[in-house]
Amino acid sequence: MDIKNTTKGFTNFFSGSSTFGKYFPQTLTVFFIIFIFGYFAYNAQVNMDNRGIDFGLRFLGEEASFDIQFSLIEYSGASTYARAYLVGVLNTILVAAIGIFFATILGVVIGISRLSSNYLISKVAEWYIEIFRNIPLLLQLFFWYFAALRALPLPKEAINFFDTAYLSVKGLYIPKFIWTNFSVLFYSIIASIVAIIFVFKYARKQQEATGKQIPKFFISLGIFTIVPLLTFLIGGVSLSFEYPILTQLSKTIFNYIGGVAIIPELMALAAALSLYTATFIAECVRAGIMGVTKGQKEAAASIGLTPGQILRLVVMPQALRIIIPPTTNQYLNLTKNSSLAAAIAYPDLVLVFAGTAMMQTGRAIEIISITMLTYLSISIVISIFMNWYNTKMAIKEK
Amino acid sequence: MIKRLNFLGTPSRDKLNLFISIGVFLFVLGIADVILNSFFEINITSILPRLFNYFTPLIFGFIGLHYIRIEFSGNRILDNLNKNINSNWFNAVLSLLIIFVLIQNIPPLLNWLFFDANFVGETKEECTGSGACWIFIKTWFPRFIYGLYPNAEIWRINLTFLMLIALVISGFFVPPKIKKYIIIFLLFIFPFIAINLISGGNFGLEWVETTAWGGLSLTFIISIFALLFCFPIGMFLALGRRSLAPVIRYSSIGFIEFWRGVPLITVLFMASVMMPMFLPDGTYMDKLVRVIIAITLFEAAYMAEVIRGGLQALPRGQYDAGKSLGMGYWRMHLLVILPQALKLVIPGIANTFLALVKDTPLILVVGLLELVGMIDMAKSNPDWLGFATEGYIFAGIVFWIICYSMSRYSQSLERKYKTDR
Repeated sequence: MDIKNTTKGFTNFFSGSSTFGKYFPQTLTVFFIIFIFGYFAYNAQVNMDNRGIDFGLRFLGEEASFDIQFSLIEYSGASTYARAYLVGVLNTILVAAIGIFFATILGVVIGISRLSSNYLISKVAEWYIEIFRNIPLLLQLFFWYFAALRALPLPKEAINFFDTAYLSVKGLYIPKFIWTNFSVLFYSIIASIVAIIFVFKYARKQQEATGKQIPKFFISLGIFTIVPLLTFLIGGVSLSFEYPILTQLSKTIFNYIGGVAIIPELMALAAALSLYTATFIAECVRAGIMGVTKGQKEAAASIGLTPGQILRLVVMPQALRIIIPPTTNQYLNLTKNSSLAAAIAYPDLVLVFAGTAMMQTGRAIEIISITMLTYLSISIVISIFMNWYNTKMAIKEK
Repeated sequence: MIKRLNFLGTPSRDKLNLFISIGVFLFVLGIADVILNSFFEINITSILPRLFNYFTPLIFGFIGLHYIRIEFSGNRILDNLNKNINSNWFNAVLSLLIIFVLIQNIPPLLNWLFFDANFVGETKEECTGSGACWIFIKTWFPRFIYGLYPNAEIWRINLTFLMLIALVISGFFVPPKIKKYIIIFLLFIFPFIAINLISGGNFGLEWVETTAWGGLSLTFIISIFALLFCFPIGMFLALGRRSLAPVIRYSSIGFIEFWRGVPLITVLFMASVMMPMFLPDGTYMDKLVRVIIAITLFEAAYMAEVIRGGLQALPRGQYDAGKSLGMGYWRMHLLVILPQALKLVIPGIANTFLALVKDTPLILVVGLLELVGMIDMAKSNPDWLGFATEGYIFAGIVFWIICYSMSRYSQSLERKYKTDR
């Protein structure tokens, strides 16, 4: 019996159906993992001893003494490595957020166009998807950065948008908003959002109790415009603009000073990421809308809903359930792909931290681990948020 | 507003010829206006106010399309046209906008690509036309395909890939009995032949450093080897993730989710700067090998998820049937479960491979130059400055052809395997 059990244990290596088969492979796995990690740790220890470097995160407090071209927070060469890391993370999040925003809009539009009954529109959408999906993202990024944006005019002949924004080879310059008493406006916006949530709750209660529908959309639109507007007029909030002005820096070099500068690296990266990811989102949207059966639409039409209501109340809630999980994956991919920034020198996490900071400190293990863990946590945060949203949208069985 | 257009009466079959002639006339007028405006700089409507003038083609086309929108006209061409681009006024406007944008953009693009482009010559100075300079591509072509591989030895790469192609093609035509041996040869023996042939160093072949490898051939070398290695690892991880033993399951989950959560670029950095620290002091591992290992581990995690999808799609009855025949875990999986599961996920595997091919250009961040990297190098060569666009368009077309044909193939496989379930 014993022998039989042992042989079975080997055959049931992963299955864990016998006592031996349950514990032997698992112990083996644990030992294997410990061995691998131990071996690597030992080698790393020896190598670092030989090179005279120690392991630790103390370097994060040291002065970074390099400049970053583009930063959302105060940063100078005198700041610490930790500060540089934060700048990198914020720049990554910024470009990912911009990319997600545009990719979603474009993806939804393209996905719906792909289903259009208009032959031209659906063909154009189809070819857009086929072209942009099948070219490596890095190549698209290089194309936008080295070919398309380099073809823009010099600052002196910049493309002028109504004398407020200027697009040139040095980037896009837009006016800067200068607020006074911004916090008052901010609180009023928050207050109006809270009010709108209450209106929605009340409207739902009313509809469930009496069957009457309150025009909640117009009411909330009204709240959202009137409350901030009132604070704007009464609360002493004022807004002025700082326009970018063409300045002569030297004999031949002109550039814009003032306003907000959107550097070409950011534009190229945002364009490449959103155009590329939009193709995948478009396919998700198309699959989602096609996944709602025809019977659903016919049933909705037969109880007298208008086409708009059918789309809003019947098709979209069901389609979203199919669309959200794969779209989450695309958002995660976009965030991870934003690390391609390093290839065109947009100062994101990889370039600032895993590039410049690592060159200066030589602390490969610490810096690469921190970078990887950061991406891992961003991925986890996005997937937790989208899971929460997904459960909220899922069918509520009563 | 639209009703006002009906002063001639609603477009209908009664006055079919009248409406069609007016409609087609206006439609053609609109298109002619765009063409004249954008290519001959003649503005036939310059008498009108400027803002109005800008929209004239759209207005003409819109009214024209309105008049030819006749349901059940009996004319098949007209009915098809109406159904496809002119079903209502919104569709008509969108169709017009697309037609106008295409008219304005396609001819200049074709001019740049072909008619004004330069094809003949050897140097940059011979690029005199206003179009693209394809001489750049022609001169650098061997570099784009073979990297810095010595010219005299290029036949070795050619031979390797010809052998590969011949083997794969013959795999499709020979009877299944021989096919089995071809596949075994391809998977287990051919890789060694290929590596020996390309890197050399024995059998009287000259040794070629991996730093000299590059171009499109490197793209294929990396993706094929990574696919070959990531497949078995992915299979074990997929089985591990479905295992009942918690330690194995959670370590598989941890491994898979870790690699799926980090971007490839950090993995490559890890391979190039962190991995040497983890190896015993004094050992040297070639950078290309390290990169292939890193990409393999990265892709294995994705492969594991694809294979797990196949395992999950199999009905429970298959497992029960295997067990009831007295099969052990391995025998059941090898003979019953995996053959079916893998067949199910062939399209998924093709898609993973596609993603892998699209990811390979990234290796330029660690200094390996495949096609995109070579173009990056060529465009910064002092003799050939300013041809970035041509280079990227060339690379884009090459990658597009590869990826598009692969995605088409995977779609056809998907259809093929859908029918028998």
